[in-house]
Amino acid sequence: MPAAEISQSASQSRVRQLQVGHVSDVGLVRPHNEDASLIVESVFEGDQAAETVGLFVVADGMGGHQAGEVASALAARIVAGSLMQEVYIPYLRQATHQADQLPLTEALQQAVEAANQAVHEQVPGSGTTLTCALVLNARAYLAHVGDSRAYLYYNQELKQITRDHSYVDKLVELGQISVEAAAVHPQRNVLYRAVGQGDQLEIDIHLLDLPPGSRLLLCSDGLWGMLADSIIQAVLASARSPQDACQELIAAANEAGGRDNITAVVIERVGK
Amino acid sequence: MSLDTRQIQPTKPTSPGGVDGALAPGRVLQDRYEIMGILGLGGMSAVYQARDRRFPGVMKLCAVKEMKSHSLDPQMRQIAIQNFEREANILATLSHPAIPKVYDYFSEEARSYLVMEFIEGRDLEAVLSEMTGFLPQEQVLEWAIQLCDVLQFLHDHNPAIIFRDMKPSNIMLDKHGRLRLIDFGIAKNFQPGQKGTMIGTEGYSPPEQYRGIADQRTDIYALGATLHHVLTRQDPRVEPPFSFHERPIQGANPAVTSEYAQAIMRALEYEPDRRWPSAEEMKRALTTLRPASVSHYGARATAHIDSGEVQPLWTFACEDEIRSAPALGDGVVYVCSYDHNLYALNSTTGKFLWKYATDGGIAGSPCVSEDRVIIGSDDRIVSCVNAQTGRITWTCPTQGRVRSSPRAQYGHIFFGSDDRRLYAVNLQSGRVSWKVEADGPVRSSVAIGDDLLYFGDEAGSIYCLDIRGTIKWRYSTKRAVTSSPVFCQELQIVVVGSQDGTVYGLDAQSGWVVWRFRTGKAVISSPCEADGAIYIGSADTNIYALEAKTGRQIWKYATDGQVNSSPAVANGSLYVGSVDGMVYSIDVKTGTLRWRLHTNGPVISSPIIEDDVVFIGSNDRLVYALPI
Repeated sequence: MPAAEISQSASQSRVRQLQVGHVSDVGLVRPHNEDASLIVESVFEGDQAAETVGLFVVADGMGGHQAGEVASALAARIVAGSLMQEVYIPYLRQATHQADQLPLTEALQQAVEAANQAVHEQVPGSGTTLTCALVLNARAYLAHVGDSRAYLYYNQELKQITRDHSYVDKLVELGQISVEAAAVHPQRNVLYRAVGQGDQLEIDIHLLDLPPGSRLLLCSDGLWGMLADSIIQAVLASARSPQDACQELIAAANEAGGRDNITAVVIERVGK
Repeated sequence: MSLDTRQIQPTKPTSPGGVDGALAPGRVLQDRYEIMGILGLGGMSAVYQARDRRFPGVMKLCAVKEMKSHSLDPQMRQIAIQNFEREANILATLSHPAIPKVYDYFSEEARSYLVMEFIEGRDLEAVLSEMTGFLPQEQVLEWAIQLCDVLQFLHDHNPAIIFRDMKPSNIMLDKHGRLRLIDFGIAKNFQPGQKGTMIGTEGYSPPEQYRGIADQRTDIYALGATLHHVLTRQDPRVEPPFSFHERPIQGANPAVTSEYAQAIMRALEYEPDRRWPSAEEMKRALTTLRPASVSHYGARATAHIDSGEVQPLWTFACEDEIRSAPALGDGVVYVCSYDHNLYALNSTTGKFLWKYATDGGIAGSPCVSEDRVIIGSDDRIVSCVNAQTGRITWTCPTQGRVRSSPRAQYGHIFFGSDDRRLYAVNLQSGRVSWKVEADGPVRSSVAIGDDLLYFGDEAGSIYCLDIRGTIKWRYSTKRAVTSSPVFCQELQIVVVGSQDGTVYGLDAQSGWVVWRFRTGKAVISSPCEADGAIYIGSADTNIYALEAKTGRQIWKYATDGQVNSSPAVANGSLYVGSVDGMVYSIDVKTGTLRWRLHTNGPVISSPIIEDDVVFIGSNDRLVYALPI
């Protein structure tokens, strides 16, 4: 077939905009996996439109007697349920561009607050981190509490998007201790904000562009706590697919000791 | 679990699900407490306003706190109830004028209730947000002494009670002017070193509280943080943690004396051992700072709030009102007036250079592009004149009055007309390249970002067009969009006000609403963006600073009239006019007044700034050049 015809037929078929990978692993030391993750992906083609809506949640529970895994799972379900109702259903009904539609940041806020309340009431004494990305075509809206993380890899650069709500992170921010000292600090697991703590939870919101070729990583501390940023970057740069990236990241974290549960979700915006 | 006795509605909206199970007004508990409404609603508790029916002749109000434990595990539930009961018992034994009284405790239908004194007033956070300028030092000193006193009382209790969550929103100023502590977090158990340990409130809590340690000096630090916040108006929740020593009190508020500032800074020492060892000692030190008489706060407060007036560099009188922003080009200020004229003035001296007359009032701003000035007029015509001479280059007729301000880009001029169209006109020839039909008159001016155009119409829609004039998306607000959008490059959002009273942040590519912020009245003012913040006025008389990413309010400043003028920002200050006749200069970081200028008419015109000079018009017909 002549080259010209190939390029023409290519331009008439659309490639899926997002590719997603996901792995969650108990690690090598812990008896249970207290991480929870949830993925919803929607592709719409029709009436000259091609749209992608995605919802990605990573939660890392804490608290004894298996309360941690109950908390993280509950939080992930509640957040997803709330966003489906407030964002996805209105999207399908084409009701999103009206003044009475709940704004995205408020929808995220409300979803995490609902999770906070549910965990607080149903699993008292427990808590969970929660990092959630709502992807609308080329944009991601993030809600974040705790020390799971979101990273964006693009153009040979890895950027940490979220800030850990941990005690040691505060100390690093203050210049009290170095990043290296933080990595081995005895209180590195102490959080000052978590879903399930009850009233008045502050939620970080981030707005993010996903340029073609970029990869967004959501992960629990079992991943970033075991791997230097340079390794995360190298894997995201070289892995053939988002699923390969997740598998390679989990393998690397286990090789480094696998001291905690490891969850990775990689969302790639397909393109150059 | 904590015993919060919050007496006001929390600022955050609760999710619709949260209201489930709340007691309805009219419900009577124990055949005695008649529920009147909800004062506060949280994950673990609800606080209601209630009326005690044992006092039939009078309206005796009380606050009823309900503990909600929806835990499925009966053992967990039992522990939660026991904690609530134990705390109620502690609180019931405390008797201090700054601590709310507990009247009753009971269980009914598997829920536990605590009946407390109803405190009428506002918390200090609300007090701060509703005022401008600084509180007088003497008043804050009296408050500090009162707070030391209640902390001393709690700490001297056997066993000692650590409040753990001192902050402005937990301190009520009652109607008698006394401070009362609310939100007793006394039963918060810390588990040092374990994941899941929480602190009190970020920003006010000392470093050791992050390690799960809380003693008397924890409360002293939080008191210091609270006083620092009240005196400087710098909210520690948005500042770097533990950064009080890098933000001296007098740096923000020079009226505070050194002795007082030092006493507060000692409470804020990073190491607990270097702080005041007890609330009692801090109170003693503060008491010595009391002036001989503390009776004239009012006079001092007014002096602080009313900053000095500014002297104009020059003024120029037009023949009628100036309703729009001037424009600048090459040492010349161009001003449109409702007297039908476009004026060209020397920007340094205010000297008249030339004027160009149209056949109608000019409500929009001039647009300067290359060596041309383009204006729209109520005569339905858009005119392009030479910037040096004022001689006509071309005219472009429309079917309606032109109140939108023209914008130049891509060798074209974009403007709207009351004929319900948006026009794209070739800058060289004045020929119409395309026009787009809107649902209503287009008085909003176009914002241009990343090859997309954004504007609103009087029917309430916000439109996004590509540069060929194809509608990419539209978003419907509830009232007219006269405000002109601003495009925030970094966040890729478009911000615009609507006469429905709301400021909208929309995703620039898709038109999804990212956030919204409700003001009290119509928003005609156009937003301005600087350093991740949005500044905009409202007919509710306020000027607002909002976080561009989330639309959350950073501060607001109240003027005495509608703010339909659009703010401009330069060198850390904001400039804007108000219908009260003033031009305001406000510090963008703190939201406090720097200076204001009194004109003799409402100021609907918007400022424009160049080389440390602010140019603005007024309905008193004058153009003002003001020093920054």
